[in-house]
Amino acid sequence: MVAQNVIFGIIAAAMALAAIRVVTTSNIVHAALYLVVVLGGVAALYILLAAEFTAVVQVLVYIGAIVVLFLFGIMLTRAPIGPTTNLDNDQRGIALVVSVFLLGLLGAILVDAYGKTKLGEDIAVQRTAEVGTSIFQDYVIPFEIISILLLAALIGAVVIARRD
Amino acid sequence: MYLNQFLFLAAFLFCVGVYGVLARKNGVLVLMSVELILNAVNVNLVAFGAFHNTVVGQVFALFVIAIAAAEVGVGLAIVLLIYRNKHSIDLSEVDIMKG
Repeated sequence: MVAQNVIFGIIAAAMALAAIRVVTTSNIVHAALYLVVVLGGVAALYILLAAEFTAVVQVLVYIGAIVVLFLFGIMLTRAPIGPTTNLDNDQRGIALVVSVFLLGLLGAILVDAYGKTKLGEDIAVQRTAEVGTSIFQDYVIPFEIISILLLAALIGAVVIARRD
Repeated sequence: MYLNQFLFLAAFLFCVGVYGVLARKNGVLVLMSVELILNAVNVNLVAFGAFHNTVVGQVFALFVIAIAAAEVGVGLAIVLLIYRNKHSIDLSEVDIMKG
């Protein structure tokens, strides 16, 4: 258990620093690369929670596809590659107050609700077969709806971005 | 491991994402902050799934990942359209619906 806590601490520190850099850095490409650190940290957390399939999907879909999509977006909008100054609007103070207040509120609620709750000594590994069975038996209708939604999003993106 | 350490980290990620959505004016950076928020929700789902020893948390996290992929596709298409029409993705300039 000690080893897991040490690993969690390292991952959490890296993710927190990288997340703060995503929203404060003055270089758009660096923001995308810091986002990779955060997404990889989330995948590592899934491994810690014994959710292997979700961790693999996280790496494939987020780091493999979505970050590449972001880099294409940066390229197509001809964003400056170097540092720039005009990435933030003039609401930074209010935004900071709102997010710190929200963090305090959520933290207080979490301490109140789950202050002493421990995860089991060894978390049961949810096998990939069980995930598949659950999706295709109990949640097959949401799964089909997601298929339609992905198709609609694909067609919508093509129609919106088409040049005519 | 306490359940709360995962929930706290997720809450922190969520709040950083909220700050990004509110304080950034570049369209691509706003979408990145939305991704931070969605990942915070996913961490919560998987942590509660492990806590209750059920697979449902992972199933919902997978659904959220699929939705996030669709959202980024459409979002970046909209940002591209804004760039093509205004030659800038500064979201504070997109105010033609402001009364």
